[in-house]
Amino acid sequence: MESVYEFFNQNLFLIYLLIFTIILGFEVISKVPTVLHTPLMSGANAISGVVIIGAILLIRQSDPNDYLGLGLGFLGVILGMINVIGGFAVTDRMLEMFKRKK
Amino acid sequence: MAVTFYINLAYLLGAIAFVWGLRLLSTPDTARRGNILASIGMGLAIIAAMLAPLENTSNNYGWILGGMAVGAGIGWVSARRIQMTAMPQMVSMFNGLGGACAVVLALVEVFQFYGGERTLDSGQLVIVLSTLLIGGVAFTGSLLAFGKLQGLVRDNTLTLPKHNIINQIMLLVLIVMGVMLVIQGQEAGLTMAMIFTVLALIYGFSFVIPIGGADMPVVISLLNSFTGLSAAAAGLIYENNFMLVGGILVGASGTILTVLMCEAMNRSLLNVLIGGFGGGGGSAKGADGDQVAKEVSINDAAIQLYYSNSVMFVPGYGLAVAQAQKVCKEVDDLLEANGVDVKYAIHPVAGRMPGHMNVLLAEADVPYPKLLDLDDANSALPNTDMVVIVGANDVVNPAAYDDPGSPIYGMPVLNVWEAKNVIVLKRSMSTGYAGIQNPLFFHAKNRMLFGDAKDSLNKLVQELKNL
Repeated sequence: MESVYEFFNQNLFLIYLLIFTIILGFEVISKVPTVLHTPLMSGANAISGVVIIGAILLIRQSDPNDYLGLGLGFLGVILGMINVIGGFAVTDRMLEMFKRKK
Repeated sequence: MAVTFYINLAYLLGAIAFVWGLRLLSTPDTARRGNILASIGMGLAIIAAMLAPLENTSNNYGWILGGMAVGAGIGWVSARRIQMTAMPQMVSMFNGLGGACAVVLALVEVFQFYGGERTLDSGQLVIVLSTLLIGGVAFTGSLLAFGKLQGLVRDNTLTLPKHNIINQIMLLVLIVMGVMLVIQGQEAGLTMAMIFTVLALIYGFSFVIPIGGADMPVVISLLNSFTGLSAAAAGLIYENNFMLVGGILVGASGTILTVLMCEAMNRSLLNVLIGGFGGGGGSAKGADGDQVAKEVSINDAAIQLYYSNSVMFVPGYGLAVAQAQKVCKEVDDLLEANGVDVKYAIHPVAGRMPGHMNVLLAEADVPYPKLLDLDDANSALPNTDMVVIVGANDVVNPAAYDDPGSPIYGMPVLNVWEAKNVIVLKRSMSTGYAGIQNPLFFHAKNRMLFGDAKDSLNKLVQELKNL
């Protein structure tokens, strides 16, 4: 039990952040009309590409001779970038069509 | 010090851009700006990650820029080339790659940990293993969802007997293995960690195998939230609050979307995950041998439509497959020119994604006010002269009301049989995506117009022009 107390006390900021972000995520989305579900899912999907930040940090921290780290980081950057660019571009294409008919 | 300040400021602004962008994405008028704002936030964060001061860094910018160029090229080209109808599988594929990225990051940690290059305390180990598990499931699950939507994998072909029990056992094994890996620490060895990873990937496949039919949108949304959670877990590994916030936002919004969709189908998430759709069709009554569906000729259909006061289209996935949205709009225009009131009834789960039909019809320039949601459509249907069902099936199945043995019993559907007449455009009498027969086809008010949806609508356009 002692370790749980310790974990809580030490990571209090993180716990605040976690809880408020979850509430924020719920609140922002819960009033969305059905029309926007697909673009919204697609936009959120692009945001989940934030994982690319980790891949960038991984490559930067790798030793120039550590080809395993560099190679996996390289792969991670490619995968993450497809997710980010593809996701935002597809969402924009969908939303562009909503605009035009006005 | 000043550099660190600007880096942190950039991350903070990026996170605000995400939240604000999602907010703007929730209203039709501002949605596009919201998406652009979120992408700017991502751009800021990527620049910050490139420039952030790190200890012992050798930067290796060549590797990063190379990877970014390749990824951006692939992402951009596929996003531009993909047809609107194939959007759901594209989103699913992008989502899977995000999950794969998280898996790759966690694998690096695993290799370093078991190679003795770095230490992880049990809390960190839990995070790394969670990233592997959630990211792995999101990856392979999304790939299979892509395969199913693309028509590469047929529903039910891979389902094993007692599939759900196998899935549950697999999940249990994964959890037990995870706990053992955490308890044993480095002594568990790389092999066991790799077995855990492979099993997580297999579980992702297996978890999506029994899900099909109208449940596909739900599973994509759920996998999307998994990718968000795996990104958040990766953020914990890198102690990066920006990744954490972005990932959690996606995880929370994906979960809410999933729940909204389940509510639209009047089913619980558990029920969706356990499946039950498609497999053998349960005790659905379906067609008795003596029931015969009546056909209508193109000519008659055109005349009936032309002289109606009100017509309601019910688009479904068949419309998307046949790329018929623009022809549908042509029929609409011709009817409107004759003073017919034309509306579209959009079932929440029509197509393969929520809002899928809205996107397609928007592409064909159908004005937004013409689209009715489930409740509005159902209250308008009794006063509608003609209903034209284009490639929809399960969302207009009366068995959802009156056949407790049907797998879709209890799902809210469009009560098209309350309209005065119904025409179904369909290739054949085959069953819908849920694999069950539709008694509507044999209903006294219904007439079938067999053929490819686009083809039939084109012929209707010709007939209407001749009237």
